[in-house]
Amino acid sequence: MLSRRTLLKSLGASCSLALAQGATAFPSASEVARFGPIWDAHCHLHLVPGGTPEERMTALIRFADRMGVERLILSQGYSAQMHLTPEQLREENDRVLRAVRRFPDRSFGSVYLSPSYLDFSLQEFDRCVRDGPMVGVGELEADKRCNVPELDPIVERAMAMKVPILQHTWLKIGGNEPGESSPDDLVELAKRHPQASFICAHTGGDWERGIRIIRGTKNIHAGIEGFDPTSGVVEMAVRELGAERVIYGSDVGGRSFASQLAKVIGADISDDAKKLILGGNLRRLLSPILQAKGCRR
Amino acid sequence: MIIDTNVTLSRWPFRRLTGDEPAELVAQLRKHNVNQAWAGSFDGILHKDIAAVNARLAADCRTYGQDLLVPFGSLNPRLPDWQEDLRRCQEVHKMPGIRLHPNYHGYGLEDPAFAKVLRLATARRLIVQLALCMEDVRTQHPLVRVPPVELSPLADLVKNNPGVRLELLNCTPIIGVEQLQPISSAGEVYFEFSMVEGIGGVARLAERVSLERVLFGSNYPLFYFESALLKMQESGLPESRRNALFQENARRLLTV
Repeated sequence: MLSRRTLLKSLGASCSLALAQGATAFPSASEVARFGPIWDAHCHLHLVPGGTPEERMTALIRFADRMGVERLILSQGYSAQMHLTPEQLREENDRVLRAVRRFPDRSFGSVYLSPSYLDFSLQEFDRCVRDGPMVGVGELEADKRCNVPELDPIVERAMAMKVPILQHTWLKIGGNEPGESSPDDLVELAKRHPQASFICAHTGGDWERGIRIIRGTKNIHAGIEGFDPTSGVVEMAVRELGAERVIYGSDVGGRSFASQLAKVIGADISDDAKKLILGGNLRRLLSPILQAKGCRR
Repeated sequence: MIIDTNVTLSRWPFRRLTGDEPAELVAQLRKHNVNQAWAGSFDGILHKDIAAVNARLAADCRTYGQDLLVPFGSLNPRLPDWQEDLRRCQEVHKMPGIRLHPNYHGYGLEDPAFAKVLRLATARRLIVQLALCMEDVRTQHPLVRVPPVELSPLADLVKNNPGVRLELLNCTPIIGVEQLQPISSAGEVYFEFSMVEGIGGVARLAERVSLERVLFGSNYPLFYFESALLKMQESGLPESRRNALFQENARRLLTV
């Protein structure tokens, strides 16, 4: 297990070597420490090297160590398929459970459900969250958009346990895939459940539009993961939503920790705002369920 | 010390960027210990008076980054008398290379004009930077939808132009790494990594096309500069191999 002290020591050693060779390159240990423990709200095992969930998670943790990321919220396992059957959803959740079991101090699981299979999804929520170790719902990425009424019982179940919901969203200029959700769909859902907490994964990708769409719906947080590290995204999100509503995630393994962390570390915002985005906000959202499960933070 | 082979001056047409003033850009690069940056111009993507674009680029590089910014002029072979722009890039502005945007300029790599650009640039010993895209096609402005450059003719063109010195900029994940491998094998082709994605993506690219062919590029100011820096960290490459990417490979390309 990687302790915070070991992590900072390793980053510090790397930086010292670089400095000695006149190649200042990476954020120093003190810079990383300034932002507090980094928690990543959006990780998958897909495209991560390794055969088993445990092997993939070992690889992922190795990369997380290099980047100073302390906790990973893991979901969806590693199937490349988009529209899964209940059996496949369960298999993916089992993969996440296995990976998290191997690194319980570095990761939490989040349950993969589908409004297309409501009864199954409610049972799976109970198995993985109510009776299991998982602490969130999502990333939800299904063949029905998230504004459908079938999502309501799932959201109610999540609200009862006070767990956040990570919902995939995109605003593709050529049109979304059938069933693919947009930030507008999420706003519809969130307005029906004002007490629930949502993370708008990718903020629609087209973030200048996505941020505006979710701006007035206070129970939606902007997830900044899973699109290019385009300059200005985090500055706009903080300006329009407040730093309390912006959450760092990476969407590894399809993306890198590096490009997604850069959006926050490189942003022209205060250190306090960076602390919130890189972990503070996520810890606040997860606080009730972590307390309920007796998890150490 | 870093040679950043992909920075761009002037204004991105769709958004103001931190760093789109040349003094600000230079300050940011110096802060990160960049000691040389190969600079193109956003104006070269859509402007038709390319000669003026290149003159401004050269002047800005001289004024704001005399010892740092190295101008790479834009060239659009769809414009009349583009050969004069090529001549001025080298003879007037003393540029070591040019930057191409075939997808924004409306030609494919199978176009004979592209082969001619390669031939003339090679004869002049100019580096050719070929930008494969500028942004994710899914998030482009609805009235300016530009797909990435289609690369399939490139390997043969490189083989047919011995001595060509080519750098591919913005290697978007849409173009799979497996497409880059045959191009790498065809000749002196280098790959800039600002848009390379996936966990440990830079190290994987280096495995596919060889470490000697990968160049540091930030795509600043369109991207946060820190992205390239952190990708190097995530790669886990040992210090000696990092230096190849940070500067040695670019220096070799510049001096071949």
